[in-house]
Amino acid sequence: MAKDILRKPGGFMDTFVYKPGHDKKNTHYCPGCGHGILHKLIAEALEDLGVADRTIMISPVGCSVFVYYYFATGNIQVAHGRAPAVATGLKRANPDSIVISYQGDGDLAAIGGNNILQAANRGENITVFFVNNAIYGMTGGQMAPTTLVGQKTMTSPYGRSVENEGHPIKIVELLNALESPAYLERTTLEDSKNIAKTRKAVRKAIQCQIDGKGFSLVEVLAMCPSQWRVSPVESKKWITDNMVPYFTPGVKRDVIDEREGYYPERPEIGSETILELLGLRKEKLFRDRSMSDVPEKYRNPQIKVAGFGGQGVLLLGQTLAEAGMRYGWNVSWIPSYGPEMRGGTANCQVNISEGPIGSPVVDFPTILVALNKPSLDKFEESVQPGGIIFYNTSMIDRKPARTDVEVIGVPFSEIADELGNLRFANMVVVGSILAKTKLIEMDIVKDALAEVIHHKKFIEPNIVAIERGASAV
Amino acid sequence: MPKIVVQIDHCKGCGMCIDACPQKCIEEDSDVLNKLGYHPAKYKGEGCIGCGICFYTCPEPDAIIVYKKDEVA
Repeated sequence: MAKDILRKPGGFMDTFVYKPGHDKKNTHYCPGCGHGILHKLIAEALEDLGVADRTIMISPVGCSVFVYYYFATGNIQVAHGRAPAVATGLKRANPDSIVISYQGDGDLAAIGGNNILQAANRGENITVFFVNNAIYGMTGGQMAPTTLVGQKTMTSPYGRSVENEGHPIKIVELLNALESPAYLERTTLEDSKNIAKTRKAVRKAIQCQIDGKGFSLVEVLAMCPSQWRVSPVESKKWITDNMVPYFTPGVKRDVIDEREGYYPERPEIGSETILELLGLRKEKLFRDRSMSDVPEKYRNPQIKVAGFGGQGVLLLGQTLAEAGMRYGWNVSWIPSYGPEMRGGTANCQVNISEGPIGSPVVDFPTILVALNKPSLDKFEESVQPGGIIFYNTSMIDRKPARTDVEVIGVPFSEIADELGNLRFANMVVVGSILAKTKLIEMDIVKDALAEVIHHKKFIEPNIVAIERGASAV
Repeated sequence: MPKIVVQIDHCKGCGMCIDACPQKCIEEDSDVLNKLGYHPAKYKGEGCIGCGICFYTCPEPDAIIVYKKDEVA
């Protein structure tokens, strides 16, 4: 504390420009709120450690959701409880940044319980400030996992009972059961002595990350005078009397000095690496083409492909979408299937369009492919008038009843069986669609196939199947 | 002499500093209602030792400024 003047630390923004309303200088917190005190300690530490410009704060859901109003750092506001997961991604992608997750007890200990547990267990090199005020403050004072036994809240009006709600969660002790964390401490804001300890802990936790020592978490017992229904000054004593006996303060884990700093390189991943990792090829066949040579009724098709899982329904749609992309057209593909890998029902919805695609969902297809009877029964009525139904006569013993659509029956499964494998049926369909609609040319679909089929030895037989399908209509 | 300055319109009148000050040299200014609608804290004018306790116990970023030494600016 060598400073001659103590005033608003540099870790704060000068003016809280993102805060709505006229008051750009004060926090939104209630008078006497513990968040304000901890904010000040963090802002001061960021300034003194000289890391504010490379710090990313993560704001939780709760009163401190507006962390981004105040700190002169980067910020991401994340879904309830997910701060440790986002912090993990940020830190791994940007190892030079200082990633601070700021979370309350509802956020961290309830909905985000597993997130914090797994991040701590992985030993992520992040810093977590866990504000424990034993209640859900923002939403109106409901019971939190850390609510004390006997404590009355909106949702425990007779007081929390062990029989009904169990004991309050001791997060620091829980995480201390793990091997990975480097530094775990619980502090309180009950008086100036303990605020000084908290100040030290905040610095130590951030320094731990700077030094690459791994996961650090400081649980801060903070006051919520508004929801505790006490005055700000009384709230200090409330911590002393009620929280401290159960949530005992102190350093629970400190192995910082035993560890070597770990400084991973920032991963440099170029587009070539991504292509390689995804098994995609660099050399692709592209061709500028408009749909003007496609018969008008087949242009900009909205396709639904339906059948049993295992019939290759999804791959069929993927092949069409992938091929459409080669012409520079817009495409979309969404799968819809049950939990079974094989045997359930599956369908996919594909749009291929020269213009923008409003929605990837195809409720009323212009092309329906029905590979089994349930699919025809279910989707026949949804086909747009003037559309086209391809149906698998090998497995469907009735002709579609619609008279206002084009109906094409092909024994897709039998053809595939003749070719040696029932699973080629989907590519027989692709061939039939190409031949009928002239939407996609043979060389393009072959090139697309190389993208969607990862085992090279299957590409050739699938091409044979496509050609057979093309000659079947 | 060390002193504190309370920035009146930043104070929410929570009284944390008044309670924490070891010298008991801060009081509530019941004559003033600030822009936020609170009676702000007020330095009694003497007794400050520049310990900084009020600063760290104050939840608002910029409500209290502590000058630890003489006449710094």
